[in-house]
Amino acid sequence: MARTEIRLGGLGGQGIIKSAVIIGEAATIHDGKEAVQTASYGPESRGSACKAEVIISDNPVDYPLVLTPHVMVALSNDAFHKYKDDLSEGGIVIIDSDLVKAGKIKAGVQVYEVPAATTAHQVLKNPLVTNVVMLGAFTAISKVVSPEGMRKAIANAFPKYKDLNLRAFDEGMQLGQEAMEKSTQKK
Amino acid sequence: MQKAVLTGEIFTQGDIAAAEGALAAGCRFFAGYPITPATEIAERMAYRLPRIGGRYIQMEDEIASCTAVVGASYSGVKSMTATSGPGVSLMNETIGLAVMTETPMVLVNVMRGGPSTGQPTEASQSDIMQAKWGSHGDYEIIALIPSSVQEMFDLTIKAFNLSEQFRVPTFVLADEIIGHMRERLVIPPEDEIKIVNRKKPTVPPEEYLPFKADADLVPPMATFGEGYHFYATGLTHDERGYPVMDDAAQLALVPRLCDKIRKNVDKITEAELTETEDAEVLVVAYGGEARTAMRAVKDARAKGMKIGLFRPITVWPFPKEQLKIAASNAQHVLVAELNYGQLVGEVERVIRHEIPVHLIPRVCGSPHSPDELMKEIRRRID
Repeated sequence: MARTEIRLGGLGGQGIIKSAVIIGEAATIHDGKEAVQTASYGPESRGSACKAEVIISDNPVDYPLVLTPHVMVALSNDAFHKYKDDLSEGGIVIIDSDLVKAGKIKAGVQVYEVPAATTAHQVLKNPLVTNVVMLGAFTAISKVVSPEGMRKAIANAFPKYKDLNLRAFDEGMQLGQEAMEKSTQKK
Repeated sequence: MQKAVLTGEIFTQGDIAAAEGALAAGCRFFAGYPITPATEIAERMAYRLPRIGGRYIQMEDEIASCTAVVGASYSGVKSMTATSGPGVSLMNETIGLAVMTETPMVLVNVMRGGPSTGQPTEASQSDIMQAKWGSHGDYEIIALIPSSVQEMFDLTIKAFNLSEQFRVPTFVLADEIIGHMRERLVIPPEDEIKIVNRKKPTVPPEEYLPFKADADLVPPMATFGEGYHFYATGLTHDERGYPVMDDAAQLALVPRLCDKIRKNVDKITEAELTETEDAEVLVVAYGGEARTAMRAVKDARAKGMKIGLFRPITVWPFPKEQLKIAASNAQHVLVAELNYGQLVGEVERVIRHEIPVHLIPRVCGSPHSPDELMKEIRRRID
């Protein structure tokens, strides 16, 4: 696999950085690839703009920051609008349709809408797992990490709430599949 | 009890890797004061040390932290602190004391933007000269610069080993990029990790002179409380450690403190040379910026440019012989650093105006992108 660049954007407290760390662990420790994860955030770590990035490759990653993301996951309107124009040709954007209203995007970039927040709230009865629902959708749609690797990394990340988070991941995988089917029908 | 060496693979931060490297090297004492972007090192040590029989103390400030580390080292325990530039500014007085009393200790400085409080959450490499000259007087110090999470682990072990071998405070000079990024960290089995411990006296206590050096210019170090008479002072002292204010004492002591490093430069220094054999353009970069430079060099090589990368891993003492080899075919040397020009002066001293040395400074919180760096290189050589 050549260098694949992933950017996650949202607000501090939504689990943006945690999600990026889980993707990085799945890629390296469980899938046997190389990855670098970085983040930037404001001095106030809750509520301000938050961005996390992961680069996955078969070879060691030199430059550690994202230049033109292949995949973007957006959990806030600000993040979507700030980063949507950076995407590479053929890029993928996955948004939480409960939190983000998709705007215009450049040709060749596919947007997938996933109702993660309502699923976390109504199906899983816990809004805290919204980011893990998004991780499920991300895994199904982007296919840059294996579902098995992601399940192991999620189990490691939340030892006390493993079952809840694995269920959230599975729900997200399902929503990701549905979002892809919808997008195929549209075409 | 937890294991001191967590053999295996984890996906983790540079700061955490530095903490685990310290524990693998045998560090059992940490005193510090939290500061972005080095706080994760203190957090990890606070969690881990009590669980492996060590001690963690959060002190009232950086002055006290560094002084506690000196004291702990004298009690025979490998000791460290971790901070950022503003913390090092406060520690510099005690770093001088550690140099004068020949105290093994490790300081991790995860550099952020300065001067003063500067940019706490942003990356910088502007403490390169502070590490070398922060305290007063003639002295030499050792400083290592990691470029990956793995090197944060490996070089922290190496920092302890060099510090113990030469009885000198040793810096791990990381930048925020390397300190906060996460990558794969491979922790080897405990018996595969090379550990160096300070020399202990081989003479009976009544014959021991705490500052009488061996042929390698390093005196054996007794542990306080083991029965050896051991007087230590920041004043110029004789072999007994007693203050002496004459020229002979200063001349016997200060050149030795410097020469134990200067005369062992070949044993201490390390550098990575990439594609330098036929390089007409030589880029010098270190830490986070070296990751950009590596990519830029690879991309330019693919287009046929004869370009190479010199990455100092030991920055103090400076690996000048390795630089001379790397620059042997160069027509231009370009120093890319995340400051307004620091290590470039050292590169100029080695190159001596035989070929042009160009500075590519960057005074903002992130490294150049590979394309930006290549444009800066082109602008200077075309």
